[in-house]
Amino acid sequence: MTPAFAVFLIIGTIAVASSILVISMRNPVHSALFLLLTFLCVAVLFVMKDAEFVAAVQILVYAGGIMVLFLFVVMLINVRHLPDEKVLSNFWKGGFAVGLGLFILFISVVRPGVYHDERPDKGRLKRVSERIWTESKKTPGKFVYRRVHRTNANSEAVGMALYNDYLVPFEVASIFLLVAMIGAIVIGKRELSAVEEETAQQFILDRVETEKEVKEAMSA
Amino acid sequence: MPDAAPTTEAYLMLSGTLFTVGLIGVVIRRNMITVLMAIELMLNAVNINLVAFSHRFASLEGQVFTIFVITVAAGEAAVGLAIIIQLYRLKSTINVDEARTLHG
Amino acid sequence: MASALLLIVLLPALGALINGSRAYANPHTPKNRTITNFFALATTGLSALIASWVVFTYTSHGTHEAFTHTYYPWIPSGLGHAGKAIADFGVDFAFRVDPLSCTMLLIVTWIGFLIHIYATGYMSHEKGYTRFFTYLNLFMFMMLLLVLGANYGVMFVGWEGVGLCSYLLIGFYYDKNFAADAGKKAFITNRIGDFGFVLGLFLIFNTFGSADYGKVFSLVSANPHAYTGVATAICLLLFVGACGKSAQIPLYVWLPDAMAGPTPVSALIHAATMVTAGVYMVVRSNPLFRLSPTAMGVVAVVGAATAIFAATIGIAQNDIKKVLAYSTVSQLGYMFLAAGVGAFTAAIFHVMTHAFFKACLFLGAGSVIHGCGGEQDMRKMGGLKKYMPATRMTMLIACIAIAGIPPLAGFFSKDEILAGAFVYSKALWLVGFLTAGITAFYMFRLYYMTFEGEYRGSEPEHGDQAHGHHAHAPHESPGSMTGVLWVLAVLSIIGGFYLGWPVIWGGSTPTAFQRWLLPVLPALGGEHFEFPEPTHGEEWFLVLSSIAVAAFGIYQAGRYYLGDPAFTKSKNWARKLAPIYRLLENKYYVDEIYDATVIHGTLVLARVMSWIDKWIIDGLVNLVRHITVWPLGEGSSLFDKYVVDGLVNGVAWTAGKGSMALRRAQSGFVQNYAMVMGGGIVLLVVVYLFLKP
Repeated sequence: MTPAFAVFLIIGTIAVASSILVISMRNPVHSALFLLLTFLCVAVLFVMKDAEFVAAVQILVYAGGIMVLFLFVVMLINVRHLPDEKVLSNFWKGGFAVGLGLFILFISVVRPGVYHDERPDKGRLKRVSERIWTESKKTPGKFVYRRVHRTNANSEAVGMALYNDYLVPFEVASIFLLVAMIGAIVIGKRELSAVEEETAQQFILDRVETEKEVKEAMSA
Repeated sequence: MPDAAPTTEAYLMLSGTLFTVGLIGVVIRRNMITVLMAIELMLNAVNINLVAFSHRFASLEGQVFTIFVITVAAGEAAVGLAIIIQLYRLKSTINVDEARTLHG
Repeated sequence: MASALLLIVLLPALGALINGSRAYANPHTPKNRTITNFFALATTGLSALIASWVVFTYTSHGTHEAFTHTYYPWIPSGLGHAGKAIADFGVDFAFRVDPLSCTMLLIVTWIGFLIHIYATGYMSHEKGYTRFFTYLNLFMFMMLLLVLGANYGVMFVGWEGVGLCSYLLIGFYYDKNFAADAGKKAFITNRIGDFGFVLGLFLIFNTFGSADYGKVFSLVSANPHAYTGVATAICLLLFVGACGKSAQIPLYVWLPDAMAGPTPVSALIHAATMVTAGVYMVVRSNPLFRLSPTAMGVVAVVGAATAIFAATIGIAQNDIKKVLAYSTVSQLGYMFLAAGVGAFTAAIFHVMTHAFFKACLFLGAGSVIHGCGGEQDMRKMGGLKKYMPATRMTMLIACIAIAGIPPLAGFFSKDEILAGAFVYSKALWLVGFLTAGITAFYMFRLYYMTFEGEYRGSEPEHGDQAHGHHAHAPHESPGSMTGVLWVLAVLSIIGGFYLGWPVIWGGSTPTAFQRWLLPVLPALGGEHFEFPEPTHGEEWFLVLSSIAVAAFGIYQAGRYYLGDPAFTKSKNWARKLAPIYRLLENKYYVDEIYDATVIHGTLVLARVMSWIDKWIIDGLVNLVRHITVWPLGEGSSLFDKYVVDGLVNGVAWTAGKGSMALRRAQSGFVQNYAMVMGGGIVLLVVVYLFLKP
């Protein structure tokens, strides 16, 4: 058992278990935390597959951004969970059935030995080749273009790919983010009435007071 | 005993599992936020899949695409959560079953 | 001559047209009577004068050959069927002048003219005055067509025309039910007779190929034996027509009811002219009749039976006009008796004398009715001789004439008839003899009841319906009426003198009239016509016996009805023979019998036919409808309702149900969608990877 495989096994198990817990937790905060754990496991798996940049981005964006967002929203919504409120929706039977079918499909498709590992040159994932204007080694003093390879530069490689080969999708993605931001702001905006505009502050204070009282009542 | 490194099929199987779990989560959960989380789960499964293939073929395309998927997931999560907040303001609930006005 | 003949006929027609237009244009305003009188009398008078001129011209020619003139080919001849008798069938509008038509012409035109004059006085208080004279002129036109026609066709036109005018004039007071009914009765009964006449007419066409008198009779006289068989049929059919028109048994029933018309109508049409059309027709067809002794026998027997039958009814009638009506029927019976026994000239002679005295009697009765303020019941008359002397005298003269007392006209004609009957059959003579006695009886009964004794009438009511005359004591009629009466009375006296003087008293044989009419009695197959002549001894017996029986009748009438205002003797007899009296008074219930049998039978037949039409014929049609139309109609309606509409509705139903089913896919649950999507993906991938070949 190689270390890689052991790590894979452990991390994989944790990821699967964590994901199952995500969908089965009653409290959405718990679900969010387990989702966070899943993200972390996924990031580790990325690293094992020589995708360090992607792992970093995963941590930054998912764990640092999206999870925070989720938790903010959960706290904003502030739903009280009643003990006897149902967790599962009406379609849980159908859902399980579809899931099972999908799982079986995956099993039948992804069989060991389908993809032969031919051990290609994995170095490409981490190699960056540049043309630099530097002194020529043969004839010092003369500046020529020389191709330099640096290995172990996955982030650089991804960056080079993003800005050279996949520039257009990159720009489109940025615009997409802009649009999503605007959209989220617009959709999530709360129209305040004139009265509310005036009394917003007072309203917030009152609400805090109310919640305190309710909490005391609940805990009493 | 398994080989030196986990094979691509293993990663694919893992990805499939995570995807299945995510799908099940989308369908069976009542809480809208949890549904969104399950969707994130599915996207992550796809990411694993992409990275696995990127490693198999030693190509950066997979990773680049993964970047984009993460980007899109972020944007979609933001907008989805904004919608959930508005829906909560309208109906005072985040039960998915309550949002069925557009039914036939 | 030809144009004169046409003028004779058309002048009355012109008068009818003018007066008719005047009457039609303004039905309700009273017309100027002078103008009406002018047109009516002028046309008739002119016509009479021209007729006299024609006759004078004709007689002065000497040969007394028939003169015919064709004015217009009414029905053109030549139907083109070669070899058949009717190949040259044609009826022309043609007139014929020969001794018979001359006699009738003079009678019709002059008596008509006289009655027109009388009518101007009689109808002076009536409304519809112009209409009356229109009809009267129309009648003259039709009657002249009848007597002047040169063939059976034109005669038939006139025959029908006088029937029409009779209906119009009988029903002149159209607002009275009994008058309208009487008009209808006359027309319908006539029509039954006309049916026989028309069949006879067709038989003549079929046999001889022509209807022209000249042609037919020349064919008959040339070859009589060829036609003896068919002659009986023709004659009997023609005689049926004569029965209808001339009121013989069994079609006489219309004549008494026809008294509902104004009295001039009764005088002209139902005494003098129209009813004699039948006699004229029989005499005109004498070659045919002489071919068939059977037919002659039938004619004679029917005539004799009618004569005595009507006479017996006449003695029990109380309406003055009804007595005269039955008397007319009886006298017509005499005429047919004469024709039947072969004394054709006697028949025409009697037509002439009858016209004189019967017209005089009717017009006198009209005068009496007029003077009594509309009263027609003789029981309410009496003693009128001091109120109406002129009427009385003229009626007395006419009564003597009809009774057959010489030397008045009636004696000569009646004697000639009885002589002929005696030669033919003693039994028939006896019937005629007895009838003569009864005739004398009832005529003098009429006279005595009306004019002798005391006036029995009550004060007439104001505004009497039948005659719009105001109420006061009986009075004489105006000069226009009495003048005519005197003319007719004189004619009744002298009518028989020259023409029919019997041989035993110095007359010639044949008599002047017989010689006059001889051309109309052609020789049949070489055999000349023989007038039935009794021996001198028989002739004396006949003359004396007829005078005796007439005198006896008058005496008996005097015994019963003269001097006794209460008529006790006659009433005693009536009580003793009550059943017979009732039978006679009710005219042998003939009308009732007809009503129960013929009328009722026809109505029953009509109802049966109506039932057949309604249930069987209409039923068949409805059945066809039920079989074809109903299934088609119902079928297509059901088809439309269930199949066509079903299809259309089915489409809508399908759409509705389908959409109801499909809308369940839109549950609104997002998770449902996600689940289905997931399932769909799995399915697709499975199909694509594993199941797709």
